[in-house]
Order: sequence, then C-alpha cells, then structure tokens
Amino acid sequence: MATFHFDLVSPEKLAFSGEVDQVDIPGVEGDFGVLAGHAPVVAAVRPGILTVTTGGRHEKIIVLGGLAEVSENGLTVLADVATSLAELDRAQFAETIAEMEENLKEHEGSELDQAIERLDHFKSIQHQLNATAMH
Amino acid sequence: MASLKDMRVRIASTKATQKITKAMQMVAASKLRRAQTAAEAARPYANKMSAVISNIASAAAGSPGAPVLLAGTGRDQVHLLLVCTGERGLSGAFNSSIVRLARERALALIAQGKEVKFFCVGRKGYEQLRRLFDKQIVEHMDLRSVRQLGFVNAEEIAKKVLVRFDNGEFDVCTLFYSQFKSVIAQVPTAQQIIPLVIEEGGANGSATSYEYEPEEDEILTRLLPRNLAVQIFRALLENNASFYGAQMSAMDNATRNAGEMIRKQTLVYNRTRQAQITKELIEIISGAEAV
Repeated sequence: MATFHFDLVSPEKLAFSGEVDQVDIPGVEGDFGVLAGHAPVVAAVRPGILTVTTGGRHEKIIVLGGLAEVSENGLTVLADVATSLAELDRAQFAETIAEMEENLKEHEGSELDQAIERLDHFKSIQHQLNATAMH
Repeated sequence: MASLKDMRVRIASTKATQKITKAMQMVAASKLRRAQTAAEAARPYANKMSAVISNIASAAAGSPGAPVLLAGTGRDQVHLLLVCTGERGLSGAFNSSIVRLARERALALIAQGKEVKFFCVGRKGYEQLRRLFDKQIVEHMDLRSVRQLGFVNAEEIAKKVLVRFDNGEFDVCTLFYSQFKSVIAQVPTAQQIIPLVIEEGGANGSATSYEYEPEEDEILTRLLPRNLAVQIFRALLENNASFYGAQMSAMDNATRNAGEMIRKQTLVYNRTRQAQITKELIEIISGAEAV
C-alpha cells in the first residue's frame, strides 16, 4: 500500500511525523479519510479523535480543533492540542467538561452556540473513550 | 589608608559576588538550552500556519468582504504597542533595548499626531514605560508566576488584544520583542500583527489550488485570531530564549570583572602587607643598633 508523509504539529511540539498509510480526520463538516494521492484540500478540524493507520496498526490521537492541509508533500495537521489516547488523563478531561458546562452561563448569543457546539464535541470524545475502554 | 583587615574583608566580599554571578551564569546557560528547544519546537507550527494563511489570504485580501483582522479598519489613528519584556533584570541591556525600541516608535507616532496605547507583558517593561507613558498603558500582564511558558499564556494575551480590537479601541497593533539570533546577539524587533502583514515570499505554495472545507472566508475567520496567538507565543518563546542568552553573557562579564577586581585588590593587599613587614623590620634593626 502506498504511504504518504504525515505531520501532526501543535504549538508546543511536533507530535507526530512519519510515513503512514491512512489518516482519518474529524473535519468540521464531517469525518474524512486521507490516503496517498489525495487531492489538495484545506479543512478545518473539530475537536475529536484522529486515527493514524500504519501497516495495519491504528493509533488514536485526540485533537482539540485545528486545521488540516493536504498537498502533494503529504498531510499536515495543525492541531490546537494533540494528545495521544494513552497519555490522556481521563479524570482531568472529565473535569474540563464539567468546567465548560459551568461556564456556559457566562456566554450569550452566538458565543453560546459556539460554546455548546464545542462542549458537544468534547462529550462525544468522552463517549467514544468510554466505549473503547469497556471492550 | 585601609587597614589589612579591611582589605581582606573586601576581597572576601568580591569573591562571594563572583561566586553568585558564576552560579547565575550557569543557571542561565542550562535554562537557555531548554528555552531554545522550546522555541525550536514551536517553529514548524508557526511556519506552517503562516504558509497556509498567506496562501488563503493573498486571494482574499483584495476582496471587499475580507476580515477586519486582515484588511484593517481602514484607519491608522490609534496604535496599540504590545511590549513583551522579561520578568527579571540582571540581564544586561535585554529589557531596556526592547523598551527603547517601543519608546522611540511611540514618540515618533505621537509626533505624527497619532494616539498610542500600551499593553505591557512582563514586569520590567511595565516599570520602565510607566515613567513616561503612565496614562497610555491600558493593560499590563505579569508572567511571573508562570513556570513553563505554555500556549495558553499566549492565548490569554491574544484574547485580551482581540476584545480591545473588537471594541474599536485601536486600529493597528505592533508586537515588540527580542529576536533570538545567538547567545551574544539578541535583536529587538517590532512586528505588526493587526492588520496582518503577508510576507511576499510566503506565497510560493499558491501553485497548488486547494479545495476548502468549509469556505475560504470561514477558514480565514477561524485562523486569523489563532494566528495572532501563535505569533504572540512565538514572540514569548523568542523573548525567553533571548532573556537567558542576555543574562548568560551579562553574568559572564560580571564574573570576569569580579576576577579582575580580585586580582587588583590582592596585589594592593600584598604590597601593603610587605611594606608593613619591611617597616617593622627596620624598626627592630634600628632599635637593636641603638643599644
């Protein structure tokens, strides 16, 4: 299977760099998969779980929003925050969600909509996390 | 003339100072290494970000619906100077050279009849600017309690700047920080961040025509505030590395000067001691001869 180059960068570090087979990205307008030879695209990323497939192995990385760029040089994801599933502190994540719920009251108008949307994304990540933990 | 005991005390005190400056130099050297790696780790993200932005923005900049952060408010009456300095001194001319650059820019703008506002990040810059521009400082922020500079710090600053921009408090925002060239060279730099200046060389990727998802405008409105935070973050990291570089060379100088001083003081001390011994000998000998 053809591979392509994939870089995952967050402001603080280069979180992933290497040749991969496939990357599934949670886009703002729906999830999409990137294979080698994908058409050039720039897409916004919503908070969610990104799956990297290399030689049949799956690696899940949590990204909290950002931007994906596919060009002939490969795929680059600029993530606001990137944490691999193994490193994530679940208790702290739950705490963040609780905090966001708490802060909802302070927002109004379109800002409230944005905050609710973001909270939903976070909750769906948590849901997926718990689902995988049970298996 | 100081007595021998006084001289001994002085030499001991200079030696103690030298020990302190030596220790500070070594601490700065090890912190510099960490700050430098942090600055380098942040570079790919910042570079990619500006590449993508210049790609999209060069197309959007001309259109009438371009975001305000890119196109500007159309005026340049009120300037906000975002001055980033260190939290501590003992670092040579590091803080004052940033402040000097900002002050000269401010005075030039005032001379042109513009209005100037300051946003100080870091205690040292605030203290120095307060003397001249106390009323113009609209906000100041300390990063003193921050142990490890994180992106959240930059985001916080960017948010405050954006709130003021949305309220129409200023038209142009310029960021002042010290660029890290090497351990001995730190260059104070002014960078305009609102409206965004697109570098000419950055548009080399425009050969590929991208598909956008969602639309270009929407991506741009998402990216521009983000880019602001990224630029500030980069400036903070550069500043941090520059600070330790400046402190290291300042403390290296101080250590060398202390060594020089110790050498001179010891010379004087030994001469005086010998003179005294000679004097005592003469007294004893002439006393013996008189008998």
